Amino acid sequence: MSVLLIAEHNNKEVRPFTYNAITASSQINEDLHVLVLGHQADEVAKSLSEVPNVKKVIHVDNEIYENYIAENYTSAIIKHAENYSHIVSSANTFGKNLMPRIAALLDTSQVSDIIKVISDDTFLRPIYAGNAFATVKSNDKKKCVTIRPTSFDPADKSGGSAEITKSDPAEASSSTKFLKKEEVKSDRPELGTARIVISGGRGMQNGENFKLISDIADKLNAAIGASRAAVDAGYITNDHQVGQTGKVVVPDLYIAVGISGAIQHLAGMKESKVIVAINKDGEAPIFSVADYGLEADLFEALPQFLSELNKLNTIQK
Amino acid sequence: MKILVAVKRVIDYNVQIRVKEDGSGVVTDNVKMSTNPPDDNAIEEAVKIKEAGKAKEIVAITIGEEKAQETVRKALAVGADRGIHVKVDNVIEPLAVSKILKKIVEKENPDLVFMGKQAIDDDCNQTGQMLAALLNWPQATFASKIEVKDNALEVTREIDEGLETIEVNVPAIVTCDLRLNEPRYASLPNIMKAKKKPIEQINASDLGVDINPRIEQIKVEEPPKRKAGIKVASVEELVQKLKNEAKVI
Repeated sequence: MSVLLIAEHNNKEVRPFTYNAITASSQINEDLHVLVLGHQADEVAKSLSEVPNVKKVIHVDNEIYENYIAENYTSAIIKHAENYSHIVSSANTFGKNLMPRIAALLDTSQVSDIIKVISDDTFLRPIYAGNAFATVKSNDKKKCVTIRPTSFDPADKSGGSAEITKSDPAEASSSTKFLKKEEVKSDRPELGTARIVISGGRGMQNGENFKLISDIADKLNAAIGASRAAVDAGYITNDHQVGQTGKVVVPDLYIAVGISGAIQHLAGMKESKVIVAINKDGEAPIFSVADYGLEADLFEALPQFLSELNKLNTIQK
Repeated sequence: MKILVAVKRVIDYNVQIRVKEDGSGVVTDNVKMSTNPPDDNAIEEAVKIKEAGKAKEIVAITIGEEKAQETVRKALAVGADRGIHVKVDNVIEPLAVSKILKKIVEKENPDLVFMGKQAIDDDCNQTGQMLAALLNWPQATFASKIEVKDNALEVTREIDEGLETIEVNVPAIVTCDLRLNEPRYASLPNIMKAKKKPIEQINASDLGVDINPRIEQIKVEEPPKRKAGIKVASVEELVQKLKNEAKVI
C-alpha cells in the first residue's frame, strides 16, 4: 500500500519542511502520494507534482482549507485514509496539531517525531528531549507517523511530473473559527530552522548585553537563542529559549555564550553539527559537548569575534 | 464552568537521564519525579479562570501508578478542588490515555479539558488532540493566551510562523504552552489544606477500554556521543577553525 503525505503550505508556496517529509516518506514506501488541502492553492499542487519522489498529488480546493483548522483537515484526510498504509506529516506545529486527531479516529497509536526510517513499521525516535533514542515498531494496521524535518534532507524539487487529481472537500467544523495569524516579522531566520544559532546565557548579565549577540547574529545571518536561565532572569523573551522546555535546534553551527550547559539546555542543542562554547569558567559542562571551546570573558571575546568576522572576505550565509 | 485538568508525573526536567544497560528503557528508580512542566501551566490557567469568577470547579486527574497521586496533590495545593487518580501499573500510550480520559469526561461532564502540550518523557504530543477527536470536540493546541467568552474561548496559539488566534466553542480541549502563564508555588497552608481534599481512585481496568500497547519498544539506547572537542587559545584561532576546518562560516 502507499504513503499519504499531508502537505504544509500557505496556499501560494510549499512550506520547506514538506520537502524533508517527502524524503522520509519515500523511504517508507516509494509509492508516495501528497494531499494538498488548500484554497486556490493550484501553484502548490503544481510544485509538488514536479517533485520526482512524488507519484501522485491529490488536490482539494475549498475555502475551509485556507487555514490549518485541524478539525477540517482531519475529516478530509480520513476520507482518503482507507487507500493508504501510512499517513505522514512533519513534526512541526502543523503536523503535531493535526496528526493525533487523525490517528485517534483511525484507532492508531501514532509514532511521533521520527529521526530515522528503519523499515516500514520500525522507526527511531528521540525521547526525553533527545537524551535517549527509542527504536519502536508499530503494530497497528494503518500507521500515523510524524517526521522530524531536520533529520532528513529536503527532496529534489524539480524533474518530476506526477498526475494531479482533484477531490471533493469533506464536512467543515462549525465549532472552530480562524480569527487571525500574526507572523513574526524578523529579518533573522527562524530559530527552529536557522543554519547558525548564537545563544546567550546567564553570563550575559542583562538584556542590553544581548546587543553583543545580535551584532554577531546580523553578521552571520544567525538566529538568536537563549538558555532558560537567561529567559527566567528576564534578559530576553522566552520564544528564544533553547532546551528541553524550549525549542530543540539542530543547526550547522551553534555558538553558546555565557551558558554553563545545564542538562535541560544541552537537550535542546547537542545534536548541532558544530558547537562552539565561549565561557570564562573552564569547568563549565558546556565544554564537554563543544567542538571548539574558548575559555574567555565574553565581554572581551564577543567584540573581538565580530571584528575577526569583519576581516573575513566572505561569510557563508 | 467546570474544568478538568490532566497532569502527568514525569522524571524532573533537571535530572540527567540514564539509559538502562539492557536497553529496556531509562532508569526511573530513585530518580526525582515532578509534574510535567506544561501541565503546571494548565493547572495555573484553570485556577486563574476560577479566580476570575468564570469557573466553578476544577478537577485534577492523573493516570499512572500509586505515586502519580503526588501530581494531583500538587494540583490540589495550587487550587484544584478535587482529584481523580486512574490507576494503571504499566506505561500506557497516548491513545490509551485519551480513551481513559474520554470515559472520565463522559462521567464528569466538564466544559473544558486542559493539559500540557507535551509530556517531557515520551515527547509524543498527542493526548489532547486524540481526546478532542474521540469526543468530537474542538481543539486549541499550544495555547499561549486564553480569553474566556460566552460559550467560547479565544485562544492564541504558538505556531512555527508566529501566533495564530482561533475561537473554539465550549466544550473544548486546550493544550497549554509554557508561555501561557507563570505557575505559582503552593503555600504551606494550601499544601496542608490540599491533604484534606478528596482524590477518587479508579482502576483503569474497570473503565472497559482497550489500553494494550500498539507500539513495541524494541530498544532504548543512548544517543551517539559527541567526539571530544578542542580548546582554542584565542578568538582569532576560533574564527580560523570555523572557517577553514569546520567550514561553517
